Amino acid sequence: MNHFLKTTLCTALILCLPLSAHAHRAWLLPSATVLSSDDAWVSIDAAVSNDIFHADHAPMRTESIVVTAPDGKNIAVQNANTGKFRSTFDVQLPQKGTYKIGMASSGLMAMWETETGERKMWPGRGERANPADFDKMVPKNAKNLKVSQTSRRMETFVTSGSPTDSVLKPSKQGLELVPVTHPNDLFAGEAAQFQFLIDGKPAVGAKVTVIPGGMRYRNGQDAIELETDKKGNISVTWPEAGMYWLSADYRDDKAKKPATSRSGSYAATFEVLPE
Amino acid sequence: MRSRLLVSSMFAAWMVAPGAAVVAAELNVSVELPVLEVAEYHEPYVAIWIENEKGESTNLAVWYQLEERGQKSEKGEEWLKDMRQWWRRIGRETDMPVDGVSGATRAPGKHTVTFTEGKAPLGKLKSGDYVLVVEAAREVGGREVVKVPFAWPAKTAAEQSAKGSKELGEVKLTVKP
Repeated sequence: MNHFLKTTLCTALILCLPLSAHAHRAWLLPSATVLSSDDAWVSIDAAVSNDIFHADHAPMRTESIVVTAPDGKNIAVQNANTGKFRSTFDVQLPQKGTYKIGMASSGLMAMWETETGERKMWPGRGERANPADFDKMVPKNAKNLKVSQTSRRMETFVTSGSPTDSVLKPSKQGLELVPVTHPNDLFAGEAAQFQFLIDGKPAVGAKVTVIPGGMRYRNGQDAIELETDKKGNISVTWPEAGMYWLSADYRDDKAKKPATSRSGSYAATFEVLPE
Repeated sequence: MRSRLLVSSMFAAWMVAPGAAVVAAELNVSVELPVLEVAEYHEPYVAIWIENEKGESTNLAVWYQLEERGQKSEKGEEWLKDMRQWWRRIGRETDMPVDGVSGATRAPGKHTVTFTEGKAPLGKLKSGDYVLVVEAAREVGGREVVKVPFAWPAKTAAEQSAKGSKELGEVKLTVKP
């Protein structure tokens, strides 16, 4: 992929993902995560809502969904459809092993004030920013300039046959989850360990929230709140079987110039089975 | 894979002592599939295996749908994962069907299967403590796991049993020396 295309794609992706500042949560919900058929398929719902896995607000756009097969190649999604509350699409799993289904994006965002105190932002709302345009778009004399390097990632994993690790290798871009426990080998009552990386290095002190599905039928969020340790690790003991939504947020000031801060958000859906 | 290794090492042992008149030890497993008064009944998928103290498994029998409309078909493999514990321990690492292990589903009643030491699929077992595990999963029904611990080899024929509550009746294990 050439650089131009990559940059354009990245910025296009940002527009498809909700800002973490919004209360609404984006999620992917696979119909199954553990499959034994020789002709295995999964169907996935993609939506944005407050109640995890209850499609009652807005569909997620599916154009930027990337499916990575066990051999590392990308597979096209099939039967994509966007409805009022959710999008759906199918993925055929022709190979045995673990697939990653999700989307990722990264970009720059600048905020400053002009001489007269007017607040400016680049890219503007709904606009696409090409990091190469930074010098052109942000004036040299900008006051109180804050430039942040942002990354967003959202994914889920499904396995046909025996779990494999090829799709779990980090890209070293943005906030990522590196499973120590395989994401399709999760069982109620057992502890799972995951590591978080920011640009390939341990993300220390990332805030992680794990919420079980089915929240419409209970009064509380029942969220498990965690913080990554010095190695970027967390350990989650699944209280019961079901679908879980995990989200993580990280921020520091170790950004690459011209950015002054960097932040990453991550969300994933995991299925926990009864033993 | 493991059972294949065990079998070949057994054959080697056989050849070293060809003349000895040996009565092979065996595991005799009786599995009761209960008659269930339900509107829609399908014969359950059943898996039988043993685990040693290290948690290593030997796959002994898997009863599942092997045919579709009278023809051999792999379509029934779609639901093998519903025997969740078997799938995690054995199934997902195994290319089904396996000769001498795969079999058709069975009707309600008592079914007895015998596994002989030195022969596939049991192979040669090291002395130690084991658990016989029987798991059943039924379409539009439930799932149940019944475990029977045993010591190998048995000094005298020993019978042990455990009972399921819904999907499995009595699981009886006779270990013969």
